[in-house]
Amino acid sequence: MRIRALIRVAAVLSAASFATAAIAASADDYKAAYAKAEAAITQAHALRNEWTTTAAALKAAKAAADAGKFDEAVAHAQQVEALANGSIAQAKEQEKLWPEAVIR
Amino acid sequence: MASTIRVRAVAGADTTEVQSLIQHPMDSGFVKDAKGELIPPHHIEVVQFEHGGKTVFTALWGPAVSKDPYLKFGFKGGKKGDDLKVSWVDNKGASDTLTAKIQ
Amino acid sequence: MLRKVLLVAALVAATAQPLLAAGDVDPQADFKAFRKYFTERFPKVPLNDFVNGPYSMDEGLRKQWQAKEEFPPYDFALDKGKELFAKPFKNGKTYADCFPDKGIGIRQLYPMFDEKSGEVITLDVAINKCREANGEAALDYLKDDMASLTAYMAFTSRGKPFDIKIPNDPRALAAYKKGEEYFYTRRGQFNVSCASCHVQNPGNHIRTEVLAPALGIMNALPIYRSEWGGMGSTSRRLTTCNSQVRGVPLPAEAEEYRDVEYFLSYMANGLPISGPGARP
Repeated sequence: MRIRALIRVAAVLSAASFATAAIAASADDYKAAYAKAEAAITQAHALRNEWTTTAAALKAAKAAADAGKFDEAVAHAQQVEALANGSIAQAKEQEKLWPEAVIR
Repeated sequence: MASTIRVRAVAGADTTEVQSLIQHPMDSGFVKDAKGELIPPHHIEVVQFEHGGKTVFTALWGPAVSKDPYLKFGFKGGKKGDDLKVSWVDNKGASDTLTAKIQ
Repeated sequence: MLRKVLLVAALVAATAQPLLAAGDVDPQADFKAFRKYFTERFPKVPLNDFVNGPYSMDEGLRKQWQAKEEFPPYDFALDKGKELFAKPFKNGKTYADCFPDKGIGIRQLYPMFDEKSGEVITLDVAINKCREANGEAALDYLKDDMASLTAYMAFTSRGKPFDIKIPNDPRALAAYKKGEEYFYTRRGQFNVSCASCHVQNPGNHIRTEVLAPALGIMNALPIYRSEWGGMGSTSRRLTTCNSQVRGVPLPAEAEEYRDVEYFLSYMANGLPISGPGARP
């Protein structure tokens, strides 16, 4: 099930260490990752299906960026995007799946 | 102003059953408000029930008792029509008292 | 003879006005199946007892609840609600002027489908519409005043059976269907639906709480929760359920919430109002 795969991805990303990448992330890398995350959040919001952990991860991304820790900030921003994509996939899947749960 | 104390006492064969509900915030002093500041402790410290001039029940309350506390107990003696006096004092020195008839 | 009967039956079926748009929304069939599911799963629970939520599922909890009902924790909120209900607006009118039967004993009629606006109107929304029509500011759906007021109005309807109507209007059926969809749709990072807890697991524990059955789950609202240390409105309960499964709540009384309240209340038609309720 796709949604489970996405949740697993989000879990892996959050568990991953934020230690040094081969090339350290820059402020621009962060801005790009943040923009992608924001776009995903906008789409999730439009579908009226968002997760509370998405906003929490966004806060963490901003805090890391403010502290100049761009590797960490990029990792958090990617996590935000994964979580938002998770809730988008959930909304789309559920639109088709919910009738199967109805008591008949 | 309406009393903060509600009490119902019912006399049985040799025991009187008492129930009470007291309106009080019972702030423990450990909870923070929306701004992140501690809400100062504000709770009842002593509740007393008197019958026939004698104290039949005393409760010493503190931060562990929740808001609008409910209490239920029984005491030996008491008959229908007798007075039962309930009073409480809190950590800010405020108090309230109520006298009800045993049913 | 049989051929004649069959012919007549076929003609009647062909000319009868279908109650449903596209034939995929059948509230009456849903109602029967829903009720059958719960009564068969819990054969020892009397039908009217489902409205007591966890207390119909757990004997120990029931005993504690019954003892407290002699001096219910919502007593103070009820007094406050009665006061708020009677207090006139600045223009001299009161809630009694907005509601049928002066607003007493009418809670079981809500939610209603409003044919003029094409929307589901819950009791809380009706209260605010009354306020706005009389020049008063709306009450916050999540705060104490709305909770106390609806607690009082529910209390005046205690024992009265839910009487929710779905008029023969495609918009009402659509609202019902959206409510049903909301109820069965998984949400939040925990990926659960209302049904996951209240259809698949009533009587089971979620952390320390005993889950209530979905049948009759609206009947006790609004509720005094010991966890909250106070009375909370229907909106408070629904939005909290969302955040507890890590789903961002929608604004209070959003269309989805009104529709799910409509759906669940209809499923409880005939069951008595037990509000305001007291829950752990």
